[in-house]
Amino acid sequence: MNYHWNWGIFWDISPDGAHSYLQTLLLGTTWTLATAFFAWCLALLFGSIIGVIRTTPNAWLVRLGNAYVELFRNIPLLVQMFLWYFVLPEVVPQAIGTWLKQQPNASFYTAVVALGFYTSARVAEQVRAGILSLAQGQRLAALALGLTLPQAYGFVLLPMAYRIMLPPLTSELLNIIKNSSVALTIGLMELTARARSMQEFSFQVFEAFTAATVIYIVINIAVTFAMRALERRTAVSGFIGASPAAAH
Amino acid sequence: MTDIQIDINEVSKWYGPFQVLNRCSTKVGKGEVVVVCGPSGSGKSTLIKCVNGLEPFTQGAITVDGISVGDPKTNLPKLRARIGMVFQHFELFPHLTVMRNLVLAQIKVLGRSSGEAHENGMRLLDRVGLRDQAEKFPGELSGGQQQRVAIARALAMDPIAMLFDEPTSALDPEMIKEVLDVMVGLARDGMTMIVVTHEMGFARQVARRVVFMDKGEIVEDAPTEEFFGSPRSERAQMFLSKILQY
Ligand SMILES: Nc1ncnc2c1ncn2[C@@H]1O[C@H](COP(=O)(O)OP(=O)(O)OP(=O)(O)O)[C@@H](O)[C@H]1O
Ligand SMILES: [Mg+2]
Repeated sequence: MNYHWNWGIFWDISPDGAHSYLQTLLLGTTWTLATAFFAWCLALLFGSIIGVIRTTPNAWLVRLGNAYVELFRNIPLLVQMFLWYFVLPEVVPQAIGTWLKQQPNASFYTAVVALGFYTSARVAEQVRAGILSLAQGQRLAALALGLTLPQAYGFVLLPMAYRIMLPPLTSELLNIIKNSSVALTIGLMELTARARSMQEFSFQVFEAFTAATVIYIVINIAVTFAMRALERRTAVSGFIGASPAAAH
Repeated sequence: MTDIQIDINEVSKWYGPFQVLNRCSTKVGKGEVVVVCGPSGSGKSTLIKCVNGLEPFTQGAITVDGISVGDPKTNLPKLRARIGMVFQHFELFPHLTVMRNLVLAQIKVLGRSSGEAHENGMRLLDRVGLRDQAEKFPGELSGGQQQRVAIARALAMDPIAMLFDEPTSALDPEMIKEVLDVMVGLARDGMTMIVVTHEMGFARQVARRVVFMDKGEIVEDAPTEEFFGSPRSERAQMFLSKILQY
């Protein structure tokens, strides 16, 4: 292979004339992190609501929740991105459509919404599974004490369910960071898009994608460590699933 | 008879085509202890869960202290707060300390101040002999201790009646006594109790009446001495001979 390695390329000025290639990659990283962060907030909020209503005694709410999950889980993320970005502005009233297209950071907002809803369906699955894995007796015990159903969820069911869900939630959080790269298809200049553009202009494909890979790995390791620390801090003493150290 | 505290009148319940309860009727007077027994699947748990509205029933009526449980206008959380319930598997909240298990509903449901709730909680832990365990988590206690905490948690709401669903059947034999002792104490203090249990020694000691259920029906409802002396129904005789063998 006749490849000309050049690790110094990162300090060269990129075609934007202002930043080095390294700086463009770091800029892309901030877009990746911002997209993942806001999408994660959306996913946790909607995922929790939908996950909870799927465990209520109300059959209609359960059906509504199930339909939501099926909808957002079964359409590929890429298709959802395109639907939000290209199709939505065309099907809403024209004035709104035009306004949507004119937003300066349209691809960022779209990526947050698309990724947020897509992941919320997956989070909803985890929330439901977490609540259902608690014995039915916990709900009955809470209600028998006179707590209302919302109080039973807030003080008894969810605090335990979230603890049980922490490991699967960690992997969803890692997924959302990786999946944010799909947003390059709608023009968001996040980390993968920056690596690709660096490769296009400098022809240093290995350096560009090595750097992107290293950055993704560093982020994921940091997230994993933070979540493990959270797991240890919230471990319930004597409860199955708690870390052995905490369970005396 | 004394004042009627719990009145179960012709209650029936179906799960789809399957009838779990078939026209069950019984009355529990104030300060009375009634033991409910019967084979597995006979509907005992279902019946006592109907009393505090944890299970809806299809037909009939239940009143507790004059309040109709099945009436859609009844504020169920408020009614439930006045009826203590103890479960087979304790159902303490594992993420809360023993003390916080005891104060949660006192504060959130009864609106007591934190100080008042803690003081009351301590008093009840003392009563079940677990004063020094207040800051432990449920998972750090033995089964018998957990069940005593669960009883204290129910008592902390100052209930007018207590329901027990097989409170000792998940316990190792050496822990059964410590829980039964607490329950005997409660009975002696005049608490109205419905106890689903197969502990016939307990029934003999404190129950005013024994209710025997089979296949969703109350087959026998007799004063304790009469029930053990000469059960009228063949099914009750068979059941008794089986469980008294051990
Ligand atoms: N949610 C449900 N759907 C359908 N059938 C049910 C449901 N809950 C209970 N049953 C059935 O109702 C019957 C009565 O159950 P229940 O739990 O009241 O019996 P039990 O007398 O308490 O038995 P055990 O001694 O085993 O606790 C059983 O046959 C059970 O299978
Ligand atoms: Mg039962």
